[in-house]
Amino acid sequence: MKRRTFLKTVGAGVAATGIEGILSAQRAPVFAQANTVHILRWNDFVPAADKVLREVYVPEVQKALGIKLNVETVNANDIPARATAGIQSGSGPDIIMLLNNYPQLYASSGVDVSDIAAEVGKAQGGIYGLPEAMCTVNKKWVAMPWATVPAMIAYRKSWFDEIGVKEFPKTWAAYHEAGKKLKAMKRPIGQTLGHTFGDAPSFAYPLMWSFGGQEVDAKGKVVLDSKETLESVRFMTQFWKDAHDEGGLAWDDSNNNRAFLSGDICATLNGASIYVAALNGADKFKTEKGAPLHTDILHAPLPAGPKGQNPYHTAFTHMVMKYSKNTKGAKEFLRWAHTPANYEKWVVVQKGFAIGPTRQWENHPMWNVDPVMLPFKTASQQGRPMGFAGTPGAKAAEAWNKYIIVDMYAQAANGKMKPEESVKWAAGELSKIYT
Amino acid sequence: MGAGSAAGGALPGERVQVSRLVRMLESEKLLAAVLLAPGVLILVVFIAYPFVMAIWFSLTSIRVGNPGEFVGLANFIKAWNDTIFQNAFRNTVFYTFWATIFKFALGMWLALLLNRNFRFKRLVRASMLLPFIIPTVLSAFAWRWMFDPTFSVMNWVLFHSGVITDRLPFLSDGDWAMWCAVLVNTWRGMPFFAITLLAGLQTISPDLHEAAALDGANGWYRFWHVTWPLLMPVTLVVVVFSVIQTFSDFQLIYVLTGGGPANSTHLIATYAYQVGVASGLLGEGAALSLFMFPVLFAVVWIQLRFMKRMEGA
Repeated sequence: MKRRTFLKTVGAGVAATGIEGILSAQRAPVFAQANTVHILRWNDFVPAADKVLREVYVPEVQKALGIKLNVETVNANDIPARATAGIQSGSGPDIIMLLNNYPQLYASSGVDVSDIAAEVGKAQGGIYGLPEAMCTVNKKWVAMPWATVPAMIAYRKSWFDEIGVKEFPKTWAAYHEAGKKLKAMKRPIGQTLGHTFGDAPSFAYPLMWSFGGQEVDAKGKVVLDSKETLESVRFMTQFWKDAHDEGGLAWDDSNNNRAFLSGDICATLNGASIYVAALNGADKFKTEKGAPLHTDILHAPLPAGPKGQNPYHTAFTHMVMKYSKNTKGAKEFLRWAHTPANYEKWVVVQKGFAIGPTRQWENHPMWNVDPVMLPFKTASQQGRPMGFAGTPGAKAAEAWNKYIIVDMYAQAANGKMKPEESVKWAAGELSKIYT
Repeated sequence: MGAGSAAGGALPGERVQVSRLVRMLESEKLLAAVLLAPGVLILVVFIAYPFVMAIWFSLTSIRVGNPGEFVGLANFIKAWNDTIFQNAFRNTVFYTFWATIFKFALGMWLALLLNRNFRFKRLVRASMLLPFIIPTVLSAFAWRWMFDPTFSVMNWVLFHSGVITDRLPFLSDGDWAMWCAVLVNTWRGMPFFAITLLAGLQTISPDLHEAAALDGANGWYRFWHVTWPLLMPVTLVVVVFSVIQTFSDFQLIYVLTGGGPANSTHLIATYAYQVGVASGLLGEGAALSLFMFPVLFAVVWIQLRFMKRMEGA
């Protein structure tokens, strides 16, 4: 083939495919984009809930809004890495499920969803204070609360009965005494003090608050190094040795579930996932007497310290990412998902493990089914955000994410530091953040 | 049109162009540049650019979603005074030192064994590579289960065989967890040492051993005066690679301990990840990770100089 013939042929091909036009326009072609929304969430501890997303939400939202929903689930502890990668590269999931006060850390990357929050709050009796604190920056909603997983102690009723404790201990001192007796019977308390998102901070922060300790004052000045905090660390150090399974220092959020279900521990702070698993696997999980394990499980709030009790419940929120090419579709999906008829399909399979972000869900008939789940019904009415008495902003999120409060207890519990040293270390680390 | 006329029909200008191109490619320097260009491009895009960006990030207060501003060496100073980082640095040195020692000792022992003739030699050599072939994440998960604080199979075996009366704190005690990490790294990295040293052993002529044996040298003398000097260059290369990989290890610790308990097993890489990626403090994370660079640079430089001296000798 001659060069001239070759050039003619190629030229004709280029013109036919429209590349000539693209080159002259100096911009990429616009293709008809499908209305696709990619949502990234955690692997739910209640797998049936992920099934609802994939098998119910996906076809229904396609039918109702023409949105093709892509549901991706990963380990909860890996979500921050995905969020960071998405924000920095400017591409990734359209909606990311965030935990605790992560919305504060990524506030500048979230689309304003105040309109959805206002609509949902108004129609459903108001959004609870704790998720509101996590999701708002200067009164702007940077993420939409999806659910709260209340932290309650799941315990073996018969084992506590055996040591003469007919009602779950109301104070730390009483819990310590009971735990000591149970550990002597090879039935310790199970609690993680590891680097994990849920059970570790849900235990450590309320323990500190219940003794009167706090990270900062209302002005954001670090006040952690106090006699109240020290007292709580001293208490925990002894409590750990006397009553706990000391392997808890290496646990993540799933270890206590397995340990409880296999009959290795007498009590643990958790969402209701242990009970839900025992309920769903009644033939599999049994007591030592052969009865279904769920018949021997009850729930109770954390005991109170000298300054009462302020729980922390894990907040699950959805952030519509600013980099998304389909923020409109993402917001439409959230609005659709929060309508009571649609939200109900997801929340009922949770059986109380995760509860709604608004007060309306306290009145749902699902709470009449099982009295064991009743403590979870109104749990969201109480709760204190991390970073108390300051704001639960980016600094509080950083402190949580570095596990400073959790490590303060862990280092003293495992003998790596004396309680005094551990409190001073934690106060020093906080001071570097709150500068 | 015939072939001859096609060739002969080329315009004089075209002939000149072709001959220029051929002449240019005949230049060795230019040809080398052309052939190297794709490799250099890959290095620039995937190695140099991220490295320069990391240096730039480390000099700024960039946070996730926020470009930040130039802060000079503030991130490095903060890292230097950070007790968790100091601990992570010590851990990284400890982890690299012991893991490399064990990998080398066991790898050499295994290579010497595999260099002998025995039945199923090929099968054993192939199966030895298994720990190295399995993705680190998968093998680290398997080890994590074996070290599980509650359900550890090793605790179960030791308990039921009467060796222990209480569970061993494999991952729940900082010191134990660090040694567990060294063990897993050794298990995973030893085949690399063994197979590379084995390749080196096979290049040593048996005549040298025979000559030494005839001179009355026993096994130890033959190893020390024949095998070891000839194996030294290979050993140095393997050790350099291993030190680099172990010092910058991330996956194994991330999966096995997550840096816990209470930051006891954080390495520089895992702590940099926690600060930079998980906490969104990209500038501080970049500064932390760059602390690895001078150490690795020094290790590589010293070992390369040592090799050069050996080659000269």
